[in-house]
Amino acid sequence: MAEKGYVEITIDGQTVQAQEGEKILWAALDAGIEIPHLCAIREAHPPLGTCRLCFVEVEGEGVVASCVEPVREGMVVHTDGERAKTLRRRAMELLLADHDLECKTCVKEGNCEFLQMAISMKVKKPKNLHPFPREELPVDDSHPLIIFDPNKCIRCGKCVWVCREKAELVPFDFVYKGYDMRLTTFLSRPLGETNCTGCGECVEVCPVAALYFRKA
Amino acid sequence: MAEELQEVLAPYPVERRYLLRILQGVQQKMGYISEEALEGVASHLKISPAEVYGVATFYNQFRFIPYGKHHIVACLGTACHAMGGQLILDAFERELDIKAGGITPDHGWSLDRVGCIGCCTKAPVVVINDVIHAKMSPFKVEEVLAGLGLEMRKEKEEEEAGEGESQ
Repeated sequence: MAEKGYVEITIDGQTVQAQEGEKILWAALDAGIEIPHLCAIREAHPPLGTCRLCFVEVEGEGVVASCVEPVREGMVVHTDGERAKTLRRRAMELLLADHDLECKTCVKEGNCEFLQMAISMKVKKPKNLHPFPREELPVDDSHPLIIFDPNKCIRCGKCVWVCREKAELVPFDFVYKGYDMRLTTFLSRPLGETNCTGCGECVEVCPVAALYFRKA
Repeated sequence: MAEELQEVLAPYPVERRYLLRILQGVQQKMGYISEEALEGVASHLKISPAEVYGVATFYNQFRFIPYGKHHIVACLGTACHAMGGQLILDAFERELDIKAGGITPDHGWSLDRVGCIGCCTKAPVVVINDVIHAKMSPFKVEEVLAGLGLEMRKEKEEEEAGEGESQ
């Protein structure tokens, strides 16, 4: 039996102690067990749960998003179950299908978290998925420090979360819904005209090159 | 405008949970939610205008442009769609030179599309200023618009243009 305030769970046959209420993802990562993830922020309550890359299988429960599901005493988790793996791969394929992958001309030059995750998951841009064409949106370079390229955004929501933690009034948020959902400022005004201070927290967490620092 | 907005805002305490009810109130009072209203609501609730914009755009019930003098609603529900509702909408867009969800620059005409208005036996249906026009056809679109004065407006413009040339 685990210490008070801790629970004991099994992940891929390994016994892991985790703090009560901790999410499976963090329990696994702390124990050195890798689960793909892009949108996860440990401090985010409730978790963002937007990228859908962290699916695992829990015995008796089925497939769950490990960044959202809290640990419970005696839980048996499999990270490499076929169903979870298929769903994770599919989620990555959908993200890739909707991303231009012009890495050669991208400011992050393929060194972004998103591409690294795709490579580590061994998922390539699917040829059989044809998303509705998106309107090419203008790159917003009005801000003295931060450049915003909405076309690169994968809508993970990390930038909005960190901004909300730091700023009283966030300069941007998601607008519309479903396929049309996108990140933008109030009335899509230039970022330079908002109250954005350019602290760069959003740039630090952006897994793609949607938000990046202006080169000096 | 500002006074009307204050009237809507006044009864609500500064708590973000009232955001949706306030937006609904604004729309009910003014017919649509203007840019100034969005900013006014944000400053009243002390939340970011970007957040208010995000919430408002999430819901289809909110409109951000005013109604025209004549408001046209083209039905594209299942029955109307099957009976050529899209052709009717196309005809309105062509005649008025605006897209669905738009308004003419003189605010004379606004055009919207809806899912179903519930009189499918009369498909394809169009509602103009709360009057139902049944069994529409692209030809009847011109007729209806002419009846409401669109042609007259066009002729007037032509006359004005003609006068301009002669001078």
